Amino acid sequence: MTKKQLMKGNEACAEAALQAGLKFYAGYPITPQNEIPEYMSKRSKDFNSIFIQAEAELSAINMLFGASAAGFRCMTSSSSPGISLKQEGISYLAGGQLPCVIVNIVRGGPGLGNIRAAQSDYFQAVKGGGHGDYNLIVLAPSTVQEMYDLTMNAFDYADYYRNPVMILSDGLLGQMFEPVEIKPYKPILDLPEKDWILDGCKGREPRVMKTLWLRPTDSLQKHNLNLIEKYKKIQKELKLAETLQTEDADLILVAYGITARIAKAAIEKARNEGLKVGLIRLITLWPFPSETIAKASESTKKFLSVEMSNGQLIEDVKLSLFGKPGIDVQHFGLGGGWYPTPTNIYEKIKEVLK
Amino acid sequence: MKLTNESEKGLEKQNVFQKLTRPKSLKEATTHYCGGCGHGIIHRLVAEVLDELNLREKTIGTAPVGCAVLLYDYFNLDIIECSHGRPPAVATAMKRLRPSNILFTYQGDGDLAAIGTTETIHTANRGENITVIFINNAIYGMTGGQMAPTTMLEQKTTTTPFGRKKETEGYPLKVCELLSVLDGPTYIERVAVNSPQNVIKAKAAIKKAFQYQSENKGFTFVEILSMCPTNWKVSPTDSLKYVDKMMEDFPLGVFKDRK
Repeated sequence: MTKKQLMKGNEACAEAALQAGLKFYAGYPITPQNEIPEYMSKRSKDFNSIFIQAEAELSAINMLFGASAAGFRCMTSSSSPGISLKQEGISYLAGGQLPCVIVNIVRGGPGLGNIRAAQSDYFQAVKGGGHGDYNLIVLAPSTVQEMYDLTMNAFDYADYYRNPVMILSDGLLGQMFEPVEIKPYKPILDLPEKDWILDGCKGREPRVMKTLWLRPTDSLQKHNLNLIEKYKKIQKELKLAETLQTEDADLILVAYGITARIAKAAIEKARNEGLKVGLIRLITLWPFPSETIAKASESTKKFLSVEMSNGQLIEDVKLSLFGKPGIDVQHFGLGGGWYPTPTNIYEKIKEVLK
Repeated sequence: MKLTNESEKGLEKQNVFQKLTRPKSLKEATTHYCGGCGHGIIHRLVAEVLDELNLREKTIGTAPVGCAVLLYDYFNLDIIECSHGRPPAVATAMKRLRPSNILFTYQGDGDLAAIGTTETIHTANRGENITVIFINNAIYGMTGGQMAPTTMLEQKTTTTPFGRKKETEGYPLKVCELLSVLDGPTYIERVAVNSPQNVIKAKAAIKKAFQYQSENKGFTFVEILSMCPTNWKVSPTDSLKYVDKMMEDFPLGVFKDRK
């Protein structure tokens, strides 16, 4: 039997990374994610892993560029303003198809915002953030245990698809204590050999890791077409969502992360009152589980996007239902550090179903 | 001059003929650099040093953003192309993870002393066991001749058309001097490649830097004053004298050698 340990979400994330074979972490302090670099600084030695407190977010993300190209599992973490600073490097990592894990413990914005939890970096995470056409695999844990489990899986997804993976969490999950089952690492995918790494050209032709494609003139197009193929494959294989009481629902809430968890309590209350409400909890935000939502719309005509932002997730919910007649999609939420309570959501459910 | 058999033998002894072959650390390629540019010379010096120290198969180089971005087409080594100014961060991670590899960055003045100043200073300050080759030609080459942090006062560039003014653009940034006050670096030297004598000294400095790294002595930094006749808008011959003028702001010499 595996042991359970009381941990903060941030600590669970760090421990999972080390268990998964992390060999390099670089980060810069920013609230509310500081437990991740602190934990790494303490625990990395036990796993023969390297910890660097970088001088800047840009340095940290570019250290990952080197660490990944050298062939090692690597991770950085930050919170919203810091993740904005990392965007240049994220674009390069995506362009270079370098596997790595980037953790965003989201706080309120825009600007310096505040240090309360938020989900207002959704667009930045799933639509790009940096320059150029690219996609990150984006995972949204909803419990401290999932901070552990999804972080561990993230390394396999990153290596399997040769793509950066983002853990999109928030300040509540990062700071919250819960018992966590410390599962030993076991690959969930058949991981390919890394035949592209740089380790000196002993006994082979030199290799180049680059993101510039000047020659021939269509080389960048070809590179982009290859990326598109990869993204299609990921979309086909890796859409994860949990559905709860959707079969008979008059209204389905769509949410991710901590909000989905709060929504569950609201749904329980609503069901007790005889209201037929269900939930689609998104686990991957990219690829977006559109089919799950589309399929649910065959029997349910009302959807409510519950999010701690001014209305970002709702756009993807609407796109998933695009062209379907008679569907009502509403938004409930606010950015800037506002959290819904189960009662808030329950009141909204009553209003929508009135 | 026709060489007699005897003098040929003498020259062979001095390895003169051998020096005319292409170093193994360079690919068979024609560079894209302009006539009179210093990059070709410096590429060759780095390649010769890696050959001589037998480091080619252990080395990972970084390509900067700037004129030397395509250096992976010329160096016969594993190369990682980095975003603008970040090579020291990239090299830091690679060297920490692969300490038996040799890591060098090759950066221009914009990459190293403007947009990447943070990485330069902190990598030096941590004393990372890497070698930085810093090419200072006092101008932005690839983008067409804009002001560099190392542009001299009164020097005309496309963004200082009336000459660089200290009141508005500040002074040329002296990186060797700046880094030499830190405790982290092991070896800092400024050299030039505008004369055969200076080229020989430049090679010796590059060799010392790589030698130190292979002996795990820590952070080594070689600044090389180099020619950019195209953007200076002078002839290749005059560009050699222009480098002499640069030395008034950027004196050659060893700034630190902890051995």
